Amino acid sequence: MNILQTILILVAAFLAIFAEATFPVLRHWLGAQVDLLPVLMVYAALNLDIVAVALLAVLGGMGFDALSANPLGISILPLYAVGFLVHLRRDLILREVSFAQLVLGTVASAVVPALTLLFLLTIGKQPLLGWGTIWQWMVMTAGGAAATPAVFALFNWCNHALGYQPRTETSFRPDREIRRGRL
Amino acid sequence: MFRKKQYLALGAVALLALLIVSLPPRVAGHLKLAIGSLFLPLFGLAGVTEQLPADLADSVLPRRELLHQIDRLRRENDEYKVQTVQNAAVLRENNQLHALLGWQQQAPWKLKLASVITRDPANWWQTAQINLGSRDGLQTNLPVLTAEGLVGRVSAVGYTRSQVVLIGDPNCRISVTVENPAHDMGIIGASGPLDTSLVDLTYLSGRASLKSGQNVYTSGLGGIFPKGIPVGQVMDSRPVEFGLYTEARVKLSVDLGALDQVWVLLNPQVN
Repeated sequence: MNILQTILILVAAFLAIFAEATFPVLRHWLGAQVDLLPVLMVYAALNLDIVAVALLAVLGGMGFDALSANPLGISILPLYAVGFLVHLRRDLILREVSFAQLVLGTVASAVVPALTLLFLLTIGKQPLLGWGTIWQWMVMTAGGAAATPAVFALFNWCNHALGYQPRTETSFRPDREIRRGRL
Repeated sequence: MFRKKQYLALGAVALLALLIVSLPPRVAGHLKLAIGSLFLPLFGLAGVTEQLPADLADSVLPRRELLHQIDRLRRENDEYKVQTVQNAAVLRENNQLHALLGWQQQAPWKLKLASVITRDPANWWQTAQINLGSRDGLQTNLPVLTAEGLVGRVSAVGYTRSQVVLIGDPNCRISVTVENPAHDMGIIGASGPLDTSLVDLTYLSGRASLKSGQNVYTSGLGGIFPKGIPVGQVMDSRPVEFGLYTEARVKLSVDLGALDQVWVLLNPQVN
């Protein structure tokens, strides 16, 4: 488990939740707030181990619910479901390709709010739903999709800047040096 | 082995989530407020950051402009003082008439100013958090308003902050009266997910005669909101269920999207 990356992703989740609750600019302009937790979950599922994915789902989900009228803990399972599935298939995903990141971000940003709403309705809550919800869902999906490559780039840069970089070896090997001399 | 670890984690997270969701509401509420408190340093930082441009603008404002503003505010203050004297006389007269008829006298409102610190990050709720809590004397179900009209009610109280459920949220239903000759009464319900400035007014009588532009006030029924707080204006109405009852849309007086500061009514007297 890469501790630094895990701490980074948890701090990013904390800041993302705070920003979503404090700066309602997108809500003013587009009628919906974009959620970055699914995007962070995609990154964590592709690059970190399952413990980090579980930590992000539990702490991120509870942080989100704490500032929201959601019942506490309702966001944990949708987040973890996405993280778990991506983590299960991580060997088959071209994580370095921007298009793959975009597609994963789109799917995650669409699935997490849909599952959360489903769970809310299942436990008998009455969220604010209507035809406008479809627009909000589209905005959340598109926003999450657009943010995914940026989040990958940001974390890659952070890892490069803060993490340990293995020394690159040259192709020169002394035992294979051709020593020229008199025959 | 690798897969086994993943499925173990899945089971553990699912169990934990179920455990947290099924906590008693009181415990879950306290836990929610405790977790939300972790964000308090960031709220303070955001407040300072928002205040900084205003402070900078104030520091470069010309002295003449400041004097002009002081003069205007002084004149407004004088006008309000005169109005207060007049209102006090009306209140005395009103109380005397109440006493003569044996009605309960109304106490003046005790209000406390609060700043809105966050909005609900989820798109399917209409709530906000304010910077007052139980240490400021807040309790659940206290009305929250601005000078323009009603905003909502306090739904959860922490030590330093509280959650306010806004008008238009499915969990904030308000009994209202329409300002017309029949004083039609109805219930303000949910808004649409996108346009939160329009809310549904339901359970109106089938014979209700609503016209666009009529004012809507709280009726005082329901035990939470005192009578006479402006809610909005009727936009349009239509008969429902073959004229059995009427539904209307109400344009809210308060712009809920631009809430910055609100008043919490600490001593609501309701019927």
